[in-house]
Amino acid sequence: MKSKTLFDKIWDNHVVRSIEDGPDVLYIDRHYIHEVTSPQAFNGLKERGIPVFRPGKTIATADHNIPTKDQHLPIRDQLSRTQVERLSENCQKYGIELFGLNHPKNGIVHVIGPELGYTLPGMTIVCGDSHTSTHGAFGTIAFGIGTSEVEMVLATQCIIQPKPKKMRITLDGELHKGVTSKDIIMYIISEISTSGATGYFVEYCGSAIRSLTMESRMTICNMSIEMGARGGLIAPDETTFEYLRKLPSIPGIGDLNSSINDWKKLISDPDAFFDNDLKFDAGLIKPMITYGTNPGMGMAIDDSIPLSDENGNKASSSFLKSLDYMGFKPGMKLLGHPVDYVFMGSCTNGRIEDFRAFAEIISGRRKADNITALIVPGSKKVEEQMIAEGLINLYKSAGFEVRQPGCSSCLAMNEDKIPQGKYVISTSNRNFEGRQGPGARTMLASPLTAAAAAITGRITDPREFMTEENKVKK
Amino acid sequence: MPKVKFDILESTCVPLPFENVDTDQIIPARFLSAISRQGFGDNLFRDWRYTKAGEKNSEFVMNNPDYAGKVLVAGKNFGSGSSREHAVWAIFDYGFRAVVSSFFADIFMNNALNNGLLPIVISDDLLKKLLSLVQNNPDTKVKIDLEKQTFTILSTGDSVKFGINPYKKECLIKGLDDIDFLLSIKSQIINYENNKSLLQ
Repeated sequence: MKSKTLFDKIWDNHVVRSIEDGPDVLYIDRHYIHEVTSPQAFNGLKERGIPVFRPGKTIATADHNIPTKDQHLPIRDQLSRTQVERLSENCQKYGIELFGLNHPKNGIVHVIGPELGYTLPGMTIVCGDSHTSTHGAFGTIAFGIGTSEVEMVLATQCIIQPKPKKMRITLDGELHKGVTSKDIIMYIISEISTSGATGYFVEYCGSAIRSLTMESRMTICNMSIEMGARGGLIAPDETTFEYLRKLPSIPGIGDLNSSINDWKKLISDPDAFFDNDLKFDAGLIKPMITYGTNPGMGMAIDDSIPLSDENGNKASSSFLKSLDYMGFKPGMKLLGHPVDYVFMGSCTNGRIEDFRAFAEIISGRRKADNITALIVPGSKKVEEQMIAEGLINLYKSAGFEVRQPGCSSCLAMNEDKIPQGKYVISTSNRNFEGRQGPGARTMLASPLTAAAAAITGRITDPREFMTEENKVKK
Repeated sequence: MPKVKFDILESTCVPLPFENVDTDQIIPARFLSAISRQGFGDNLFRDWRYTKAGEKNSEFVMNNPDYAGKVLVAGKNFGSGSSREHAVWAIFDYGFRAVVSSFFADIFMNNALNNGLLPIVISDDLLKKLLSLVQNNPDTKVKIDLEKQTFTILSTGDSVKFGINPYKKECLIKGLDDIDFLLSIKSQIINYENNKSLLQ
């Protein structure tokens, strides 16, 4: 039999039918939906007069536009309220499980899927959200889709997709202290650009990837889309299985050990073919920060902004427009630059491990007066865990207010907007113009770098906080 | 979703010579709070089209009366970022029927094809030439023939073949819909479910 990559194995196992000279009809095991990209899909079903084909395979949450304060009160913004109410109506009408606003298991779709045991190795997973790639950390084919495709999945549990090419990214070597998985993925994107993996599905391999926790792996897979990839995945291993064993329950799995034995087969064959094969050295990675308006415009925090764009073009209008928006100049150093806001959260860095990392730096210190901080857990369960571990109190005594879960300032659909012209160090995934509010100036970074800036009020290398007495684990 | 048929399009172009135009620029997230597909054109490129005070930004090409047409010509890597199909709805609702660039993000490409908006990939060099022609002369016309898969700049005669998946091409020409097709093979889907193993 022909050697296959992990991606091939999962994809081929889900092809219902191949269209001649065309795409494949791909069966979807798990479909996540939320309030913003689903209403038009349900309208489509209604117009056709058809039901949801397999309602048990779709899971819903409200996360994108919900407020992160006073969630027990009615949503003030009328349009947002309508979307959230419409989601509840649709879920009730079609028999879809909903972890909506105020549900004890509510949270960001890519945070709750894994923590509730709905994301499992070998699955195909889609959601009307590009960061669906997060779930690839479990050895799944997971990718974002548009609303027309959401409608296809609701109607038939299938979508029509051309099979992407395959890329392998191997990361070997030892990570330095203060370097997190967020820095890893920001480094890779800065090396290959925001379109470097367009048309590909990525498999992450190598000793430095293997050493990461599930939370850290999710951060890496989450940002695969920021280099253009359809998604990214990591072969399941003992770390994955240990994560699953610790979950309180896994819906639909009777005998976990027997499933784990099957999932152990989910690896690329040793001689499988990849269309593109890239290698990086983990030892070269430092804490990263972005200086421009796309995630590819990133650099080591102690570096200077390049003098030209990725093609060496000094006068590139896109490059200069981007720096102009940020209020930066080519060649500038960012260390010490004042910061106004810090956003800690999102589907990229809104998990318990991220809040622990942030806490290790702010513990026993005080938030800088010039900083407004938005601290937003990724889910109710993360919030619960923060309470149980004493983190909420630790944050409070350092001068930080912890909000209620949601996507919040990552895309600023709710009121958590960064004001015009203000600088924000954000643990989220996109630094596009206006992404966090009209005119907002976003610099992406890890939770450690965000915490360091929150304490000093300036762009600060988090390694400065890492003395022997105050070691921060990755 | 009702589909529009696409065959031959002859039109002037609107130039957008920036690279990496992401879907947050095409339609900012704060305008996504709707439950229908209509009306997004009003907020297409909202933060470039209007000033902070909400007035039309006269420097932006869509506010320049010299430029009009059904073809948007954009810099490399158009449509990156969020999967929001609202970006395609906004472009279509505004009146565009094709977008020309040298590179598109994957999800944007799928979303466009699913909504009757034709994404056409041309070489970096031809894109550069086209952008400069259009910027110098807003009356520059292009012709798109989907059946023949040709893209032609009428004033210069530059003509290239563009790629499109044959299945998607047929869908666009006939105004067919993926969901109709999927519903028609439902017994095959059920058969797949009954025979599916965890691994092969």
